[in-house]
Amino acid sequence: MPIIEVKNLTKKFKDFVAVDDISFSIEKGEVFAFLGPNGAGKTTTIKMLTTLLKPTSGDIYFDGKNIEEYNKETRAGIGIVFQDPSLDDELTAYENMYFHAVLYGVTKIGRKDKITELLKFVDLWDRRDDLVKTFSGGMKRRLEIARGFLHEPKVLFLDEPTLGLDPQTRNVIWERVKKINKDKQMTVFLTTHYMVEAEQMADKIAIIDHGKIIAMGTVDELKKQTQTTSVEEAFLKLTGKQIRADEASSVDQMRNRRKMFTRR
Amino acid sequence: MTTIYILWLRQIKRYFRSKSRIVGSLGQPLLFLVALGFGFGPIYQKAGEGNYLDFLAPGVIAMSVLFTAIFFGVELIWDKQFGFLKETLVAPVSRFNIMLGRTLGGSTVATIQGVIVFLLTLLIGFRPNSWAMVLLAVVVMFLIATIFTALGTAIATILNDMHGFQLIMSFLVMPLFFLSGAIFPLQGIPRALEIIARIDPLTYGVDALRATLIGQSFFNFGLDLTILLGLGVLILAVGSLFFSRMEVK
Repeated sequence: MPIIEVKNLTKKFKDFVAVDDISFSIEKGEVFAFLGPNGAGKTTTIKMLTTLLKPTSGDIYFDGKNIEEYNKETRAGIGIVFQDPSLDDELTAYENMYFHAVLYGVTKIGRKDKITELLKFVDLWDRRDDLVKTFSGGMKRRLEIARGFLHEPKVLFLDEPTLGLDPQTRNVIWERVKKINKDKQMTVFLTTHYMVEAEQMADKIAIIDHGKIIAMGTVDELKKQTQTTSVEEAFLKLTGKQIRADEASSVDQMRNRRKMFTRR
Repeated sequence: MTTIYILWLRQIKRYFRSKSRIVGSLGQPLLFLVALGFGFGPIYQKAGEGNYLDFLAPGVIAMSVLFTAIFFGVELIWDKQFGFLKETLVAPVSRFNIMLGRTLGGSTVATIQGVIVFLLTLLIGFRPNSWAMVLLAVVVMFLIATIFTALGTAIATILNDMHGFQLIMSFLVMPLFFLSGAIFPLQGIPRALEIIARIDPLTYGVDALRATLIGQSFFNFGLDLTILLGLGVLILAVGSLFFSRMEVK
């Protein structure tokens, strides 16, 4: 039985169809890469898979159970590193980790050790008592990733986790993802704009564009299908070379405004 | 339980970290106390109503509680915008507990704010009727705080950015305060105004505070308390319904 099964999933925002009748399934322990240009529907799909958005139509099954009926059970089994920030700026790095651990039911015994180990892993241990609002973009990103590793979910969603990180950090993080995937049989659902990462990590790749899945398969299958030699080439061949308009949402606009007012 | 506690703790920590906000939020009540309290004092005395500062102090305390509570409720919009809400909503905990923890955090903070303003009134010369009743006054503050934090939270679930905040201030918070009898006695006011005041939930909060702090009330304390309690439960229920239906775009 697949750990995640998606059937005819559709999400409409008023007239705009963000996700258009997609179906796929992910086996337990698989690393599944979900690729697509900006605005293709990746994040909307992840939000539906993680119970943050309700689908307009279609069904999602997590471990054989419909997630709409079993949304709490689903949430207990997943972890997510969001594409946009989701830290509390007014709390310290340690507090952000601690709050997450409590909310996600990480047992009291070992909670401290786990937090310590992860903060050291992302090189933020020395800054553990500083407020997150004093952190740079890259530091915040690292903290979010560390937080994602805190509880060990059945499925870990990584929505462009390495955006804005240097190659060294990216490398260390993917190594860790690989290791947990292997040791704990944790399923990984990832999106990324770095095709090389997808090529190295993924057992299976789905390419989504304009809300529809236009290709799916292993790395080799995709290359064969498109008669190319890399995922990057295959991706460009499938989705075209045109740059996508990615309109700023009200959230982005507000973030920019805040940046203007709070210079550090 | 731990969910409620941890979200409560978060609000408390945020409050005590924003020292400038605490100090800033004391300016307005102080201004009201000094300008209105001393300004209208002589006229009030001449009208045979007694000490205006004593009358005003519970009203200004109610005001601070109201403002802080609404603000901490509406702050949910910021959490929506800056992402922390998502982090709590994907956690394997019930949304009711999330809502409850947040609301209790906000109402604790608003109660603390109320107590600070109470101390401020002491500095200016206000003296409560009985010190023992002050404890009961704090309970009333907590009830007022819970009602309006839950109301703020409920409103915030349907708004997506802070643009609406000014609207809430002008068309909800200000009328709630000014029409509650916080700054004028309800005796002998025009009928229409009295009806409006009777609809305004803060009226009962202010009245209950007066009952406990200066031993005077327009309704009676039992009625005030019943209405505040009933309303608190109702708004918490409506708020958590809204909260459970909220989607994160």
